[in-house]
Amino acid sequence: MYDTLIQMLDATVRVSAPLILAALAGLFSERAGIVDISLEGKILGSAFAAAAASAVFGSAWIGLVFGIIASVALALIHGFACITHRGDHIVSGVAINTIVAGMTVTLGLHWFHLGGQTPALSGDQRFLAITLPFAHAMQDVPVIGQIYSNLISGHNILVYLAFIMVPVTYWIVYKTRFGLRLRAVGENPHAVDTAGISVTWLRYRAVMVCGVLCGVAGAYLSTAHNAGFLKNMSAGQGYMALAALIFGKWRPVPVMFACLLFGFLNAVAVRLQGVIIPGLGEVPVQAIESLPYVLTILLLAGFIGKAVGPKAVGRPYVKERA
Amino acid sequence: MINTTIPYAIELRDISKRFGAVQANKDICLQVPKGSIHGIIGENGAGKSTLMSIIYGFYEADTGHIEVDGEIVNIRTSQDAIKAGIGMVHQHFMLVENFTVLENVMLGAEGGALLRKGVSKARTELKRLASQYSLDIDVDAIVEELPVGLQQRVEILKALYRGARILILDEPTGVLTPQEADHLFRILHSLKEKGVTVLLITHKLREILASTDNVSVMRQGEMVAHRETSKTNKEELAELMVGKKVRLTVNKEEAEPGKVVLSAKHLSQFDSQGVKRLKDVSLELRAGEILGIAGVSGNGQSELLNVLSGITVMSEGEIHFAGDVISATVPKTAAQVRDMGMAHVPEDRHKMGLVTGFEAYESAVLGYHNSPVYNGKFLMNRKVMLDECSTRMAAWDVRPPNPYLKTANFSGGNQQKIVIAREVEQNPDVLLIGQPTRGVDIGAIENIHEQIVSLRDAGKAILLVSVELDEIMALSDRILVMFDGAVVGELDAKDANERVLGLMMANSYSDDPRGEPA
Repeated sequence: MYDTLIQMLDATVRVSAPLILAALAGLFSERAGIVDISLEGKILGSAFAAAAASAVFGSAWIGLVFGIIASVALALIHGFACITHRGDHIVSGVAINTIVAGMTVTLGLHWFHLGGQTPALSGDQRFLAITLPFAHAMQDVPVIGQIYSNLISGHNILVYLAFIMVPVTYWIVYKTRFGLRLRAVGENPHAVDTAGISVTWLRYRAVMVCGVLCGVAGAYLSTAHNAGFLKNMSAGQGYMALAALIFGKWRPVPVMFACLLFGFLNAVAVRLQGVIIPGLGEVPVQAIESLPYVLTILLLAGFIGKAVGPKAVGRPYVKERA
Repeated sequence: MINTTIPYAIELRDISKRFGAVQANKDICLQVPKGSIHGIIGENGAGKSTLMSIIYGFYEADTGHIEVDGEIVNIRTSQDAIKAGIGMVHQHFMLVENFTVLENVMLGAEGGALLRKGVSKARTELKRLASQYSLDIDVDAIVEELPVGLQQRVEILKALYRGARILILDEPTGVLTPQEADHLFRILHSLKEKGVTVLLITHKLREILASTDNVSVMRQGEMVAHRETSKTNKEELAELMVGKKVRLTVNKEEAEPGKVVLSAKHLSQFDSQGVKRLKDVSLELRAGEILGIAGVSGNGQSELLNVLSGITVMSEGEIHFAGDVISATVPKTAAQVRDMGMAHVPEDRHKMGLVTGFEAYESAVLGYHNSPVYNGKFLMNRKVMLDECSTRMAAWDVRPPNPYLKTANFSGGNQQKIVIAREVEQNPDVLLIGQPTRGVDIGAIENIHEQIVSLRDAGKAILLVSVELDEIMALSDRILVMFDGAVVGELDAKDANERVLGLMMANSYSDDPRGEPA
């Protein structure tokens, strides 16, 4: 029983890592007032670029760099549409998601002739699990030993990065000048403008940070969690991250817990696949998988506390009075 | 020029600014001596706010330049203005509402990439400013939880924290209670004593006379006069402000009120926050009369219009109209009320009266679009709509008389005519009309006023809401004054004058003939 729990928590951590990265990416974007439904597209684009580059250059690190570049490029397109041209954030986001979904497969076919996938990655082409010091020695210590050697140790570096990014994001958002301005521009861009700060440049910086984090999330999917790019491999994780962002009320630490909760539900769903409960029949896995969205809708409807996002989110900044 | 040896705190030379067809500022010159309070007065739309936005770097002037302390400064962004020692308190506060006072003050002047050092510096500095200018405030309070007067204080502190030596206040008392306003003026005087130069933008004569050293008058984008406040008076300033504009008078016969067509009993309305916006308002409206509702903007007039027209359901009370009783339990929608013979010209034509993206002939049928007149069997009858729109445009002198032109491309006055024509041409029994001439040019105002009076003479009942006292006095047969959601006074138009109405609007009227409170 205890082993099973540890295994499920271990799975939770693996599934949550990209969610946390993407949700924090969304946090930077939305705190600046830019709705980012294109988290999904950025993750997918980065997953493809990372796997492709890793396959070609033989290094997961080079793959990561390409993944980030691809994701930031997409973020800049979103920024160009939403910030410079004051376009509709949702329309731009959906367009990016659609384009990326098609383009990754098309480019994959053209370059690798593997039905839209990238070649299978192995060795240095992937981020492999790291065994923390004393993990083996600790194995036999009751309770704590299991937690340390099986849950905390044995993940790849991007997982650790994802969890480190939580306090780092907290620190940036609440303790730095950039964070203060970021929070302000999502609430009242006019206040930022009259304080002599460029709203445009500030928002561009926010979407670029968002791009970097999505890039890491995407690279994680194709070069760490899996061994290569598969068609549509992001499978809605960008939307899930957005749900976690709302569930965590746009605050880094609660957002992390929301991601862990969603990741845990996912682990439960996987675990219960095909399990038959007497009297009830087969467990409806889809029902568990849809729980994150149901919970988020309940939250938005006001049943679980109150989710109030940044006030100016989704609204283009127009300086002139009408 | 008064004195050439001491440079002015701020001097404007030949500032001009044009927005499309509108010349918002034309060859503005202004000299403000150091350490004085300088008033800039003018009617709404005279170009005061544009001018201040130019000084604060929000807009760039087309021509002209600005000198601070005798030196030409190039102000292209707010950052430049702040560097030049200019601070601004905007009419609508530029605050991040869920930030603390401290965070708001620091925004843009954080003093380093990390906040920690800046925070302690800001705390000491704010303490110093608070004691120096008696601007006490809890720096850790969340701004949205503060009363409006204190929020404004945060704006002043923000400017001073950035080292402002010239402080611009744009219509600062519009949102304040009289007590808060008095306090503000005490603060401004103490700022002045410490050598800060204050530019006060307002359209309220009383404030100018009570608190400034010099005053400049703007009219239609131009600076028309400069006066020493002690050597001028209310009458002169009022005349300068309105210019040669003939005092608003409308040729109208004595009203012949008929029977009561609408009566409202004990109407109350709570907003979504649970604040009571309309307090126990009762009124009767008779055929053939114009009932004017006077009051400072935001004292329940909008809520009254919304409840009467069926846009919002009242919380308490009832309306008797056209043989029906409308109440909170038996409400009627705006469309039903309209079908019963009540037309409504909303206060804000852009938000409620028109769809600016529609072509004129489409905007001209809004609200009546289901009428059989405009509808064929399956489709709307475009030809009827177009013909009718053309006819009305000719009758109401809408320019340009082009029914295909997008609503947004008409001037404010012509848009308003489209709305009023639409409502009046339905020949309603009751017309609710809010701010009929807001943002409308003078020629059009006369036209609109004549139409309202002729509707009255045709035996219709008209309820007029306006913040323009002139308009209320010129048109109304009977006047109700609203304050804080309640009706605080009623008088016959013959007995009304600006002083009495003004006092009533401030809820400080008493029958004492000397009237004005200290």
